[in-house]
Amino acid sequence: MINLETPRKFRPFIKQAHQVAEEFLRANSRKYDLAEHSYPKELDLLASLVDGMGDSGQGQGAGASAVGSRDEKDDQAGKGKVKNGTNMSSVLSIIEMCWADVGLLLSMPRQGLGNSAIASVANDEQLERFKGTWAAMAITEPSTGSDSAAITTTAVKDGDAYILNGEKIYVTSGERADSVVVWATLDKSLGRAAIKSFLVPKSLPGIRVERLEHKLGIRASDTAVILLENCRVPAENLLGNPEIDVKQGFAGAMATFDNTRPLVAGMAVGCARAALEDTREMLAKAGVVIDYDRPAQTQSYAAATFIAMEADWEAALLLTLEAAWLADNRKPNSMEASMAKAKAGRVGNDITLRCVELAGTLGYSENELVEKWSRDSKILDIFEGTQQIQQLIVARRLLNLSSAQLR
Amino acid sequence: MGIGLAVLNRIASSPTIDKLKLRKTTEKAVYEGAKSGFRVAGASGRVFKRVKGSGKPTRLARTSDSGVFDLEPTEDQQMIVGVIKEFSAEVLRPAASDAENVNDTSKEVLAQTSEFGLTLLNIPESLGGLSEDRSAVTGVLVAEALAEGDMGQAVACLAPAAVATAISLWGSDAQQQTYLPDFAGDDIPASALAIAEPRALFDPFELQTTAVKTESGYVLNGVKSGVVRGSEAELFVVGVDVEGQGPTLVLVESSTAGVTIEADPSMGLRAAGLSRLILQDVEVSADAILGDGDAADYRECIRLSRLAWAGLALGTGRAVLDYVSDYVKTRSAFGEPIAHRQAVAFMVANIAIELEGMRLVTLKAASRAEQGLDFAREVALARRLTSEYGMKIGTDGVQLLGGHGFVKEHPVERWYRDLRAVGLMEGAVLV
Repeated sequence: MINLETPRKFRPFIKQAHQVAEEFLRANSRKYDLAEHSYPKELDLLASLVDGMGDSGQGQGAGASAVGSRDEKDDQAGKGKVKNGTNMSSVLSIIEMCWADVGLLLSMPRQGLGNSAIASVANDEQLERFKGTWAAMAITEPSTGSDSAAITTTAVKDGDAYILNGEKIYVTSGERADSVVVWATLDKSLGRAAIKSFLVPKSLPGIRVERLEHKLGIRASDTAVILLENCRVPAENLLGNPEIDVKQGFAGAMATFDNTRPLVAGMAVGCARAALEDTREMLAKAGVVIDYDRPAQTQSYAAATFIAMEADWEAALLLTLEAAWLADNRKPNSMEASMAKAKAGRVGNDITLRCVELAGTLGYSENELVEKWSRDSKILDIFEGTQQIQQLIVARRLLNLSSAQLR
Repeated sequence: MGIGLAVLNRIASSPTIDKLKLRKTTEKAVYEGAKSGFRVAGASGRVFKRVKGSGKPTRLARTSDSGVFDLEPTEDQQMIVGVIKEFSAEVLRPAASDAENVNDTSKEVLAQTSEFGLTLLNIPESLGGLSEDRSAVTGVLVAEALAEGDMGQAVACLAPAAVATAISLWGSDAQQQTYLPDFAGDDIPASALAIAEPRALFDPFELQTTAVKTESGYVLNGVKSGVVRGSEAELFVVGVDVEGQGPTLVLVESSTAGVTIEADPSMGLRAAGLSRLILQDVEVSADAILGDGDAADYRECIRLSRLAWAGLALGTGRAVLDYVSDYVKTRSAFGEPIAHRQAVAFMVANIAIELEGMRLVTLKAASRAEQGLDFAREVALARRLTSEYGMKIGTDGVQLLGGHGFVKEHPVERWYRDLRAVGLMEGAVLV
């Protein structure tokens, strides 16, 4: 039966997440925006709380490792029945966290994108062995962004290990994490199929942080350049299947993205909601009344703009929930995940910027957070696949075109 | 469940689909003749036999909150939508061009939709209808499926259902007993829900059509627009400003003195036979006010009507998406299908993204409505999205076809004209 309300069983947990987000993240928002690169120690306590919830099974997928998780118990219990599972709860939790602060969410210990990758592609033995690690994700290189199939970092088998060489940039939490999931190619001539991901503990010789970036937004989150110089990684740290399967190609590596794109869409939805809430208050103080029944064109420009922004926001939210719902119910969601990311990424940025415009110098000032959110939101339309990459994915799926036909 | 088994029985046993082989009906379509430029008195129509009410009106139950986020329609809904989609593709789409040319929807098409029980979806079983529960979601899905074939004819088919739904939702016991049996019968009265008025920045909460109290009832004066198949209509539910009370719905039979209908052919929706309803010193009795004239009823009517328009936009948007997807893959330029160009492919991707987004918001509004939750905000958002992106889809559809989009050889220019209606229409349809 069609129903798009927040699942009843998640409502108490979301309320809790919201309170936590307000106390631990929102309260420290400006502090770490101003103090770029300083470690947000307030998060340590919160992280152990999240770990605890995860261990006791009460987390409802509060952590990064919950997405795409293969929960057998859930599967049997919910056979033939519609399920609201960990993909949905993860997205809902991330929305609350990013309502508070995207940068701090990204800095949550042990909740890196690398952890999502491990959850998506690691085998059971690896899942157990890498439990508790804080894993960053390293894909992008100085001359390779969206075309991740073209990466040049190499992995050469040498006995019971792989030797990794290359330079990775834009590694979120690259300094603070204790390991990095690195994408490297086993054989450049074999293209996408030869790209594998490796869990590289930072304690190994040959991996080091070269420097940290200074950024437009999400300054609370450290973004590192990582160098791999003859870094010897145990062979059993290759995530997933070590064989080069030319037929399967890139699908394995890309599967991670189907799970993480709704999460990034959720980040944009949370961030934009924060901006809408504050702007609504500022507009109310300025005497703007928003009436949902009267035609928007008969109301003030500010009211009409606000309704338009809310409409786009709601569409982004529901597309995000749809992608998560499909994943929870074991239905293919690659196109929907990209739709969600495309819509949420662009409207998240548009809404936050427009909120600053409506709020004038009040919104532009560091006295309010809305200017910060309008800087933070930009990255959400870029990382985990830019707006244009999402459109490419949607178009290929929709029109049934290969990457050779629609380049 | 939103729909009783009766609906399914009715659809399953409907002989139309098998016997007439669908397409044939459109070849021998009977129209009243071209419908533009007339000005006539209201259809003389039938006499609705007054029945005295015996107590409380019947109301449909609300759907209960399942507590689970779910995008899967019920089996009943899937079946109804399946049948209507088939009808839409086999009958409405091929008939669209002819219907548009004569500014009307054929009697066969109208008869077939009443045979499906389209009018009855929101009439309680005890009053001859087919419903146990209120289902705005079913209403949206039905509107969407019809408009995928042709929005103009969809509006014509849904207009009597709007009036039946209004009486069923807000009418008094006497009004329900007087009017609803005719909507449950074989010969369903043409009827229209008239809210809009022809002026810029029209606001349905600031009506200029007035109802002034007299000793025996009210005198109505004003001009309504966007009235579906006005010249055929036998019964109107009209939005009027009652002196000292604000906007209210009132029942007006077309044979009442002072009722004039004027053709109002518009940019699109031509198969809906849009008209103006001119009320000049029209006297109605005090019990013509629908129900108890509650302001909340009127407000709900406006919201549910906008929801139906949003549903229609989804269907026409879908039609555009499917049509252009085929076109860009078969049309070649510079030696390859134009779909191979990002500038083209991204436009199609964006149509799909916005269509899915507005669909989800519309369904959320509908599901909140049927659960008895406040849905004012969600309707406003669905209206905004379907207006903004619905039109964007229409204009991009034409753009993707280039010159071919601009000529009537392809249906895309009609969809463009129809989609413009979505954000500005008030009334006419209801879920």
